[in-house]
Amino acid sequence: MPFHIPQEEEYKDYAVVMKGIVKQFPRVLANDHVDLYVKRGEIHAIVGENGAGKSTLMNQLYGLYNADEGQFLINGNALLINNPKDAIAVGIGMVHQHFMLVGPLTVAENIVLGDEPTRMKSFFDLARARKEVKKISEEYGLKVDVDSKIEDISVGTQQRVEILKTLYRGADILILDEPTAVLTPQETEELFVVLRNLQNDGKTIIFITHKLNEVIAVSNNVTVMRGGKVTGQIPTSETTPRELANMMVGREVLLRVEKEKKEPGEKTLEVTGLKVNDNRGLPAVKGVDFEIRKGEILGIAGVAGNGQSELEEALMGLRKKEGGTVHFNGLDITTASPRDIREARMSHIAADRFKYAMVKEFTVAYNIALGRHYKQPFAEGGFLNHKNINAISNELVKKFDVRPTEIQNPAENLSGGNQQKMVVAREFDYNPLCMVVSQPTRGLDIGAIEFIHKTILELRREDVAILLISMELDEILSLSDRIIVMYEGEIMGEVKPHEVSLEELGLMMAGSTLEQARSEAHDE
Amino acid sequence: MTNKKWMRIAIPIISIIIALLIASIIIIWIGEGSFAQRFDFLVKAYTEMVKGAFGNKTAIMNTIIKMTPLILTGLAVGFGFRAGVFNIGAEGQMAMGALTATIFAVNAASLPSFVAIPLTMIVGMLAGGVWAGIAGFLKAKTGAHEVITTIMLNWIAYNITNWAVTDPFNAGGGIPKSPEIASSAKLPNLLTSQASFMSFGILIAITAAVVIYIILYKTSMGYEVKAVGFNPYAAEYGGINVSKNIILTMAISGALAGLAGTLESIGLYYRFYGTLSSGKGFDGISIALIGQNNPFGIIAASLLIGGLRTGSNQMQFVGVPKHIVMIIQSIIIFLVAAERMVMSIMGWNRKKGAK
Amino acid sequence: MNIFKAILDAFANPIFYKLTLSAATPLLFASLGGLFSEKTGVTNIALEGIMLLGAFSGVMGSALFGSPWIGVILAMMVGVAAAALHAWASINFQADQIVSATAIILLAQGLTGFLLEPVFGKPGSTDIYDKIPEIKLEFLGKGSFLYEMIGSLSPFVYLALILVVVSWLIISTTKLGLRMRAVGENPEAADTLGVSVYGVRWFGVLMSGLLASLGGAYLSVGELGQFTENMTNGKGFIALAALILGNWTPKGALFACLLFGAADAMNEQLQSNPSLAISSSVKPLFNLIPFVITLIVVAGFVGKTRSPAASGTPYEKKG
Repeated sequence: MPFHIPQEEEYKDYAVVMKGIVKQFPRVLANDHVDLYVKRGEIHAIVGENGAGKSTLMNQLYGLYNADEGQFLINGNALLINNPKDAIAVGIGMVHQHFMLVGPLTVAENIVLGDEPTRMKSFFDLARARKEVKKISEEYGLKVDVDSKIEDISVGTQQRVEILKTLYRGADILILDEPTAVLTPQETEELFVVLRNLQNDGKTIIFITHKLNEVIAVSNNVTVMRGGKVTGQIPTSETTPRELANMMVGREVLLRVEKEKKEPGEKTLEVTGLKVNDNRGLPAVKGVDFEIRKGEILGIAGVAGNGQSELEEALMGLRKKEGGTVHFNGLDITTASPRDIREARMSHIAADRFKYAMVKEFTVAYNIALGRHYKQPFAEGGFLNHKNINAISNELVKKFDVRPTEIQNPAENLSGGNQQKMVVAREFDYNPLCMVVSQPTRGLDIGAIEFIHKTILELRREDVAILLISMELDEILSLSDRIIVMYEGEIMGEVKPHEVSLEELGLMMAGSTLEQARSEAHDE
Repeated sequence: MTNKKWMRIAIPIISIIIALLIASIIIIWIGEGSFAQRFDFLVKAYTEMVKGAFGNKTAIMNTIIKMTPLILTGLAVGFGFRAGVFNIGAEGQMAMGALTATIFAVNAASLPSFVAIPLTMIVGMLAGGVWAGIAGFLKAKTGAHEVITTIMLNWIAYNITNWAVTDPFNAGGGIPKSPEIASSAKLPNLLTSQASFMSFGILIAITAAVVIYIILYKTSMGYEVKAVGFNPYAAEYGGINVSKNIILTMAISGALAGLAGTLESIGLYYRFYGTLSSGKGFDGISIALIGQNNPFGIIAASLLIGGLRTGSNQMQFVGVPKHIVMIIQSIIIFLVAAERMVMSIMGWNRKKGAK
Repeated sequence: MNIFKAILDAFANPIFYKLTLSAATPLLFASLGGLFSEKTGVTNIALEGIMLLGAFSGVMGSALFGSPWIGVILAMMVGVAAAALHAWASINFQADQIVSATAIILLAQGLTGFLLEPVFGKPGSTDIYDKIPEIKLEFLGKGSFLYEMIGSLSPFVYLALILVVVSWLIISTTKLGLRMRAVGENPEAADTLGVSVYGVRWFGVLMSGLLASLGGAYLSVGELGQFTENMTNGKGFIALAALILGNWTPKGALFACLLFGAADAMNEQLQSNPSLAISSSVKPLFNLIPFVITLIVVAGFVGKTRSPAASGTPYEKKG
């Protein structure tokens, strides 16, 4: 039975109806006459690539953006939602991809913020806030410690706080934006249990994701978006991940890249007993050992916040090492500066593109010169050689399909995918012997992802030693020759991709050692 | 950050016009009599101002004399802005530069001019550079905000230099001023007119502007300075030594301010006065903002403010206190800083979405 | 040896404590003002300029209307108006907060210097007008140590101390205070919950103007009874340093301001101590002390204290 598009009389059975939504941003039409129909009490998934317009659509439902055109009907009533307060008033709550929590305040304070219980109208009644939060926490089975500060609790717990925020305000319609991006496979399962319980309680849930297996696992209906338009509406039971992917991209999609067999060469990077602290001075990497050989891709799997970014920064000299050594082709680079490390022919695709990998105000050409801007061919005797800078940039932009090709364009004008391609082009052009690649395809569309995966495999073919850090298990499994799992700054085990199951990986990412994971998985 | 090139020139110009309009309202308010009489007063005030700035050879010389240190302090602040540091300490750096240069120059009688003058300038630039370097060092190593540290250094410099020419280095006569410098250290003149003279300090200032332009747009150093100013994390990622750059930028900035003070001494006063740098360091901020941190914009802005300052002296004779210029300047800075405010007024804000 | 004896002399002198309190008072007003602004995430370094405007308005009220109390009210209004400019530019137009504040300082210096002649008839400084009378605690016994110390303090001093408690109350126990803290740490989070980020920030900035201006008014109609050009002399910046040193809390600001006040008082006592025989030419160097201390504080304590996370970053409402 295909997806049923309701008639007007049926709108009252639908928690959310959005009709003809148009939203224009300065350079892009984010929502192009979008229709959305969400029945009351269902779990509805919205899928699409990054930039398809899913988040924009939901932000309008929650009142953070205002639609240029279109109608909103909640439970059959047409209304205007101009700001979050309006949305909250009709029972809509939203859990954002990047949590909206205030670090130094407690769980209770965060949950009641904006709707605080008061004494004498002005004074904040903390006691009552704590009591009320404890109550709904127990009612919905979302365990939290109401007095701990947000900055001290885990990511999974923070998400529970975000969900409680919506329930505290009486949300009947919950919007979750990429909720599993920061969770381990187990935590994701737990989240699904919570969602099904909420559904049993009569809540309606809309969640945005790009992970197709999750859509199949938990949703009732799916809406597919591409380029600002809706390209598919279908009951989950009647579709497959392959079909959804095709609707998302508009063509046949290869979900996995082809990797050739290769014998790795000699040791290139050797890390021994590495210890690194985080920004608060607490240990984030607690004595890690690994090595990478020529022509080999070592993948580090793990959920965000387990020390990967500190590891990445320490390897490239951007963060102090508290202990341990790093050897690169026999050279001790433990205390080397970022410049020395680059001079030794290590390059780096950073996870945080905006913070590290590019200067958004600089032109594409200047960004490509970054890191080699003081030496030939980009400079001579302290003076920049603009002719060479431009020539090399033009060449790279063409080779790596960066669009638009105008190299004097400030980098901030490029789309995310093209910015990443620019960064990859630059790091590739370093002709490195070893590359640290972190989250290379986060937030990119399938076309860019395919391209970057191909580039990484080409580097592997040319005998570059590659460290791949990623939170996308599919990416790790399809590209790596060997995989190590990081949990709370330690390595839980090393496996080969074809020798391990998703479940075992998930258990290691949540803290089990390889042996424990193997036995636990076999017990089932 | 405006991304349209013409807007970067238009916004300062519009800010200036608005500031002048507001100043006109103030002048009319302090005038007397009927509106017509007050309007006359306003016209007379502005006429006197323009005459005072450009009316005759002496006026032009005075404008150029005022303009010279402004170019340098403007460059000092502007160069700092490029690297993301806000150098409010040009006042103090100028004073320290002027004082040390003067002390050197007073004792330079035995040196020939072509040695004394360059050496004096170097001494002054070093002093200014070191003074600013203190703030740069503190920022790089402890993260101390350079606005507060440079302002404190301003007050410290003011007290030190004042004390220096009140007691140990006083020329006598009860005024806080130093002895006169040796004639070998005096800058030769470019123009003279009756009793007034104008040194070729202006040429030195313009040369400095050209040098800074070359550094910023043509050299690796300039690339690094800009990278650090836009995104220090990415700069570090690209192998740039952020600490070194911050300190170096502050030092260059301070050297420019120090040079400004030095030229005032060896080209104009031939000695150091306690109030030598008074206000010119802060003017550097307006100049840098109006000139959008671009060396040639800074030259243009210096001409404007220099003209305003010279002209306002003339304006006093018709009864408009010269503080009006500070008011005009502050409004300009305010508007340039709140550039979106100007854009709103002009209706240039593209609507981002129905609201 | 002489100097240590002179320092001990100062500690034994009741006037030292009185001077400490009166030197700390304007700093405390400005510091608490800075606290309100910074807590909501808006840097306001224009305290120096607003204090100056407050000082000017205080005397203006006293001269034009014959009552220093009217001067105080005028000062509060002017302080709020000046802060409103900063708020408007920084909050609604996301201007660079440092530049906007610098413009206001310049404006304050220019405006007060400019208006001296039109309003008071003479440039540079005004005549002496009525000031706010001190609160005399005769019951302490005239001439006693206690009386000399706290027996005739300006009402401003008492007000400043009360404000420390009031500030703490507002920030730590009220709904508004919770929202201020949230907006200062993560404005986006507060926005998604329907808290008016702009509104809360405007409140913080306007309060900073109100309080800083009162601090300036104390300098003129509370202490001297007249206004002289640039009479704030860097106190607005010292107040900022006190805020940092006090780790952005009312209690911390109180102790830090007392510390700076004590430094000022000690400076004065040493300079006026006849047995210390400091040559008059060296005395001006003592004036350096508060600025050097500020420098050390700002450099030494920055890493160890924690400013509100969003401080200095403009917030732009999306969509």
